[in-house]
Amino acid sequence: MFQGCHKNRQTGLGEQQGLQGLDARVSSQGDRLLQVEGLTKLFGTLRACDGVNLDIARGEIHALLGENGAGKSTLVKMLFGSLEPNVGTILWNNQNVRLTNPAEARKLGIGMVFQHFSLFEALTAAENIALSLDATTPLRATADRARELSSAYGLPLDPNALVGDLSVGERQRIEIIRCLLQQPELIILDEPTSVLTPQEADKLFETLERLRAEGKSILYISHRLEEVKRICDRATVMRHGKVVAHCDPRQETAASLARMMVGADVKIASRGEGTTAGEPRLVVRNLSRKPANPFATALKNVSLSVRGGELIGIAGVAGNGQSELFEAISGEVLQDQAETVSIRSRPAGRIGISERRRLGAAFVPEERLGHAAAPRMTLSENLLLARHHTDRTFAGKSGLLHFGAVKRAAQRISQAMDVRKSGDDPEASALSGGNLQKFIIGRELDRQPAVMVVNQPTWGVDAGAAARIRQALVELARAGSAVLVISQDLDELFEISDAIAVMHHGELSAPIPIAEASFERIGLLMGGADASGHATAAA
Amino acid sequence: MGLAESILLTIATAATPLLIAALGELVVERSGVLNLGVEGMMVIGAVCGFAGAALSGSPWIGVLCGVLAGALFSLLFGVLTITVATNQVATGLSLTLLGLGLSGLIGESFVGSPGLRLPNLYVPGLTDIPLVGRLLFGQDPIFYISILLLIGVSWFLFRTRTGLTLRAIGDSHASAHALGIEVVAYRYAAVLFGGACAGLAGAHLSLVYTPQWVENMTAGRGWIALALVVFASWRPMRILFGAYLFGAVSIGQLHAQALGVGIPSQFLSALPYLATVVVLVIISRNRRLTMMNTPASLGQPFVPER
Amino acid sequence: MRFELVRRPERSALFSALSPFLAFGLTLIAGAILFALIGQNPVNALYSYFVEPLTEIWSLHELAIKAAPLILIAVGLTICYRSNNWNIGAEGQFIIGGIVGSILPVLYPEFQSPLVLPLMLLMGMVGGAVYAAVPAFLKARFNTNEILTSLMLVYVAQLLLDWLVRGPWRNPGGMNFPETRQFDAQAVLPELFPSSGRANWGIVFALVAAVLAWLMLSRTLKGFEIRVMGASPRAARFAGFSAKRMVFFVFLLSGALAGLAGISEVSGAIGQLRPTISPGYGFTAIIVAFLGRLNPLGAVAAGLLLALTYLGGEAAQISLGVSEKVARVFQGMLLFFVLGCDTLIHYRIRRVAQAIAPSSITDTPAASSSEAAALEAGGTGGAR
Repeated sequence: MFQGCHKNRQTGLGEQQGLQGLDARVSSQGDRLLQVEGLTKLFGTLRACDGVNLDIARGEIHALLGENGAGKSTLVKMLFGSLEPNVGTILWNNQNVRLTNPAEARKLGIGMVFQHFSLFEALTAAENIALSLDATTPLRATADRARELSSAYGLPLDPNALVGDLSVGERQRIEIIRCLLQQPELIILDEPTSVLTPQEADKLFETLERLRAEGKSILYISHRLEEVKRICDRATVMRHGKVVAHCDPRQETAASLARMMVGADVKIASRGEGTTAGEPRLVVRNLSRKPANPFATALKNVSLSVRGGELIGIAGVAGNGQSELFEAISGEVLQDQAETVSIRSRPAGRIGISERRRLGAAFVPEERLGHAAAPRMTLSENLLLARHHTDRTFAGKSGLLHFGAVKRAAQRISQAMDVRKSGDDPEASALSGGNLQKFIIGRELDRQPAVMVVNQPTWGVDAGAAARIRQALVELARAGSAVLVISQDLDELFEISDAIAVMHHGELSAPIPIAEASFERIGLLMGGADASGHATAAA
Repeated sequence: MGLAESILLTIATAATPLLIAALGELVVERSGVLNLGVEGMMVIGAVCGFAGAALSGSPWIGVLCGVLAGALFSLLFGVLTITVATNQVATGLSLTLLGLGLSGLIGESFVGSPGLRLPNLYVPGLTDIPLVGRLLFGQDPIFYISILLLIGVSWFLFRTRTGLTLRAIGDSHASAHALGIEVVAYRYAAVLFGGACAGLAGAHLSLVYTPQWVENMTAGRGWIALALVVFASWRPMRILFGAYLFGAVSIGQLHAQALGVGIPSQFLSALPYLATVVVLVIISRNRRLTMMNTPASLGQPFVPER
Repeated sequence: MRFELVRRPERSALFSALSPFLAFGLTLIAGAILFALIGQNPVNALYSYFVEPLTEIWSLHELAIKAAPLILIAVGLTICYRSNNWNIGAEGQFIIGGIVGSILPVLYPEFQSPLVLPLMLLMGMVGGAVYAAVPAFLKARFNTNEILTSLMLVYVAQLLLDWLVRGPWRNPGGMNFPETRQFDAQAVLPELFPSSGRANWGIVFALVAAVLAWLMLSRTLKGFEIRVMGASPRAARFAGFSAKRMVFFVFLLSGALAGLAGISEVSGAIGQLRPTISPGYGFTAIIVAFLGRLNPLGAVAAGLLLALTYLGGEAAQISLGVSEKVARVFQGMLLFFVLGCDTLIHYRIRRVAQAIAPSSITDTPAASSSEAAALEAGGTGGAR
């Protein structure tokens, strides 16, 4: 079934033999840098990592694959000393080591580039770098060395810039340089390309290949299968905290890798019949906005129109004004002129989010906990959060609440979206990311909104929930609603959008119909290429 | 001694406890912890300083007692907010309330008893220089400590690696933890330092400013010190300016009362408090300034995942 | 061995209910140690603090008198704190309420009407609300820290009262004592059962306010708005709730309740204005609000308990010669223990063995994980 791949069978014995077989093959090649045996980490009753085995040879790029929540991050945190395993051994150069602190890991030669960057926004790039180096290195010397390295590896960097002012791509460069300055033998990268344009990712791959040529090992965590196939020598696949397969990704197809990660075939949202689009339902005209705080992005003259039956995607690297655009459209932030935003042909720029909801619009922000939902409130209370103004059955004119009706609606939504939860009406923070996101999307779909605006619909969500959410958004559009999806995930946008516009530095390009869009073309726009110039180049 | 000289001297004496307490709180807040218990720690420092001096007969032992008591008292806050992750606002408030109550109890037997004053510095020759001699070489020892503290805190925060680490923790304890920085240890150290400073400031009140023990003798100075930190937008040198400004306001109103201007004394006494409000309004109107300087993790509880 | 906090997946209902009792128990233990340290028999001392005041009818009346302002203020603060607005200047709003409410009986004693008392109460509420509006306005308009501004205004209010009773409002026939004239009978808050003790309508106001506030918090959209605002400000904005309007709402409400408490105290228990009209009710009410777990009904129970410490302090001073200041130490300790115990609602404490022996390589993963499970079970068992 999977050629060139040692897949675990259900029986424990088979599993052991399969893995040991592979181990033997690797050790016969010699030069094993890191070997992990039976690593287990428990959070309460949850087995985040369950008897994980992994080995990494010198000079290889080793992929660690798995869905959100499969235990990848927990595993690398244990390798980097941020978490201590409950059970298991870590061998470094065939020596048994105990990593209780990142400083120890660094001393051994393990470096890490974090997914959610571990940088300090109020400090300069040089200060950030200095914080992870030896206490003896003076600050000035650090800045000089950082500058040398950055030019050597083609990673431009200004050591005196405040991190808070930098783009995500620049921040990642700081992380990488900080890591390289420690002269590590093993570099762990956690989802490094999720914040990059395709072109920036290509540059990163060049850097990684150069490091491999220098004999460094790289543990590369990703859920993007094409890039894993492209640059990785071996792969370890995790599912539900366990290693389910070791394989050579070059011998696999993206579909077979996905099947290993998910444990079942991955559904692709069916786009359905291309219905003819109706009247414009959401129109934004010349929206400009000054940055609300020192680290925010200004919006420059953004215009767009989404018609009924249409699903428009907005691509872009994080931090290019997507959140600011979302807040402006949702009405969390008001505009100066009413005509700047219209919902169902009515000017809405001067009315707040509740009134915009009354016009038939629905909104799903990026941050699940703390924006879309209050973490420590129950699901039914979180339903009320977004619907108290639109549903008279929930909150009457007298101001009294009808919790019975709210609870019934919450149950209905949970069933419709297949939300798995522990109790009858648990707190939002007790749900997994995927289940909470299904509930939050369902909370809006339940109203059958005429306009739906979603920011990062499947960020950090498992594949099953993501497929369900994407399908629901497509169906909503096909049923005649106007749907606007802001996403950093290009695969997702290509899967569900009718047209894709790109945000860069607070400006929005004209939407490109999906038939004319390509990864390369969108990627260039994400990197800031002039829309008209490259449109002709790509054509 | 001229009038101007004596006014300047009293201003320095009034500003010194504010400067010390605010510097301590500055370090605490730079580490991301908001301790609203300054008033409580200060009043504990005042009563223990007085008691220590009265019982031992040495004002220096009194100062030591004040410092230690302030630090010990802040440890209570540290255990709750850092180890047990309680709400910092509520815990700081309760530290103040407990401090005011406890100091009343401890100081009950000292009410009305004569106090000892920490003697002023006297350097033969230098102190007698006209105009500037007393100002530079004839003040109380804690004044000199406050200036050394100011220089020390500035140097520590912006010139040392440990200071950099402390600022980093205040900016993001999550990032600091990911890098393997001992967030908890740093924060305990900062809180203890803040407590020691507040204790020293309190001891200054009961051993220099008004060498006696009166219940609630801090009279809101701890809160003014907290306001000074905001006013200074978390920069040590600006605290110096703020503390002396408030020293001038409170001494100015005392002189006005003594001169018998036609304004009721209560209104003059209210001036330092009203000035605090006005200054806070002026500083907080500039949102960019406050946003850029406020430690980003200030007041957030930190519980590392394990 | 060390201890660490582990976040519970859901808040613990058990500890939510248990925490105040646990805190009170710990306070009693700490109190016993304190008494032993100052050379008192702990049992006797605790008895005269917490039991003796409850044994006589007149003393229960006194309890109601002390509890009324505490509960009234704490109910307002509860709502304030639930919305994440930190009004700690209730003491000042209490004083201003007392001053503004006293305008009629002090300046217009010739104005005789059954309306006098209702007007006084209303004016007291307005006075407290307006005084609380100052920090609210500064926070909403200039983003000024409301903790510091509301507190600074306490000192200003105290000085204003001091000036009034020593200056323009001093009783002309009062031998130069710093106090206003005694209020006429019409301006005095009536006693509930004059035959058995002094308790007045203040306690009724407090109980009604607590019940209404509880209904609002748990049953109405406004209450929901308050809770969301406190639980997650950004989610509240997403819900369409305005943080600025909320600042005004909760500050005006808590200011009005503190003002009502102030004028009730002045016209009921005292009967005139003096330089000091509060033994720190506005600050003690902060303790009451937290001890009541930021629930208005909880504030009733907590207010009664804190009132007991005031009474107990007086009783112990008389019967044992213990300083009445011990009462304030009790109050402070109680709040500390409540805050500490409340952590157990959201976290559990786990005991961890310091060193975990790495299992040998020959261990099968299955065996290792059962070992881990045993370790975990032992850990949680120890804490629960």
